[in-house]
Amino acid sequence: MSIQVILAQALLGLNVGVFYAMLSLGLAVIFGLLNIINFAHGAMYMLGAFIALIGYSFMDQWFGISIQIGFWPSLIIVPLLVGGLGILIERTMLKRLYDLDHIYGLLLTFGITLILQGLFSNYFNVSGTPYPGQPDALSGVVNLGFMYFPTYRLFAIVFSLVVCFATWYVIEHTKLGSRLRAGVENPQLTQTFGLNVPLMVTLTFGFGAALAGLAGVLAAPIYSVSPLMGADLIIVVFAVVVIGGMGSIMGAILSGLALGLIEGLTKVFYPPAASTVIFFLMVLVLLFRPAGLFGKEK
Amino acid sequence: MMNRILFVLMLIAGLTAPFYAYPVFVMDLLCFALFACAFNLLLGYVGLLSFGHAAFFGGAAYISGYAIKAWGFSPIFGILTGTGFTLILGFCFGYLAIRRQGIYFAMVTLALAQIVYFMALQMPFTGGENGLQGIPRGTLFGFIDLNNSLNMYYFVFAIFLIGFGIIYRTIHSPFGEVLQAIRENESRALSLGYDVDRFKLLAFVISATLAGLAGATKAVIFQFAALTNAHWQTSGEVILMTLVGGLGTVFGPVVGAITVGALSHELSAFGSWVQVILGTIFVICVMTFRRGIIGELGRVLNKK
Repeated sequence: MSIQVILAQALLGLNVGVFYAMLSLGLAVIFGLLNIINFAHGAMYMLGAFIALIGYSFMDQWFGISIQIGFWPSLIIVPLLVGGLGILIERTMLKRLYDLDHIYGLLLTFGITLILQGLFSNYFNVSGTPYPGQPDALSGVVNLGFMYFPTYRLFAIVFSLVVCFATWYVIEHTKLGSRLRAGVENPQLTQTFGLNVPLMVTLTFGFGAALAGLAGVLAAPIYSVSPLMGADLIIVVFAVVVIGGMGSIMGAILSGLALGLIEGLTKVFYPPAASTVIFFLMVLVLLFRPAGLFGKEK
Repeated sequence: MMNRILFVLMLIAGLTAPFYAYPVFVMDLLCFALFACAFNLLLGYVGLLSFGHAAFFGGAAYISGYAIKAWGFSPIFGILTGTGFTLILGFCFGYLAIRRQGIYFAMVTLALAQIVYFMALQMPFTGGENGLQGIPRGTLFGFIDLNNSLNMYYFVFAIFLIGFGIIYRTIHSPFGEVLQAIRENESRALSLGYDVDRFKLLAFVISATLAGLAGATKAVIFQFAALTNAHWQTSGEVILMTLVGGLGTVFGPVVGAITVGALSHELSAFGSWVQVILGTIFVICVMTFRRGIIGELGRVLNKK
């Protein structure tokens, strides 16, 4: 087996890894402040991809507006829309469940997942619709010296990494971030200091949802857009989160990247295990480090 | 008192059902009812949300189906083989999952169940996406022909009653009392000297085993082990059934399984809209109807 093949799979794995990283980052940010696992995170990723697709191909046909929203504007519009939906869900529904057992939050978002998935299954093929809006500037391949790699995928990797690390920087090294972390540590005390914690919670939920939507737009040109694309991914991301532990933002990013890489390499060495390798790693982590690699024992 | 009345009602309804309803449909409901009862033992009485119970329901169906089809096991031994398999599987899953709590417990069980799903999809004997087909129903004790749908029905109803009885006994035993103590206050139970992890694990194994019993029975009824039974959406469905009927009530899951089952059946003409409707019910239940049908009924009766 040549080194090129391995490197190629490693890069493709990294490509999957950045999506894992972005999604587990969003889950971790939401979990940190709300203690809720957002099952609908995968559905929001799917929604992001679909809004991009509809904006590009179906505006005329569905809404009678003859405009075509391209890839670049989508990168901004879609996260805003998905984030807005997140805020709506938080304000109208999740907010009422904070005093209850946290599993109700999970169940609520599961219900929302079913609704979103069912809605799109009515209008789109489950096997997927291609997104034709990949910009010309990103078509073709680049020569990396040791191999050729699709330009778009390289762009997706770099762009996602920038978003992930920017989020990390904001949370860990800015004043805004320090307030957020204070809210995570002790919401009552933070509120006593005059910070608007409920507003922080709402905006954080919206931001996490926006991240999922952004990941969806980035994924649309690579994978075909399907109603089920989020559901299958989110379960893997759950395993990523269990492995990494939700203690740290950096932990969520790094474990996402590493596990994508491992999955990519498994495709080279033992393809049948590629879909389950992350789950088996989760079993190992649970056996030897139950709190997760970056997690803190509570 | 309410439980006794409900039990008699259930017995009468169960015994007479094949004379006014389509037996195969009722048998399907009975399997889901047992499945939901087993799931409720864990969520309703220990407070553990397993998002991976489809692995037991679907896994047992494959193992039983294969044992009956390929090894020529009798239906009873076939079902027991599948159930035994989920006992072991439940022990493994439970051992891993109880290492994490709350939300993490749900995520771990979901991820573990996904391993079973992919195995069911990829292993050579399972028939991939088509599922394991052509499982013979066979004969009971060598002389009762299960191809007769009435015979099959009463066999299934007997299995349901046994499973239901085990769950009822578990809940109303000292062991069950400890489980509820763990649900109410885990650290308190721990400080009273109960080995909380062992209780949780045992409850998980019982729940998984009975979920397996339900799945194995379903495979014999339909002569088919379907991949969808092992899919996470089935795990979600059983949660919905339990929630609709009433968490932590003895009969809630039965009522919930019948309600949700009948609803999906009536709405099956709407295609993907079923999912939207079920999702909406899910949201409504979580937001405003957390006690479920039986829970609300009990509250109204107790007020008087």
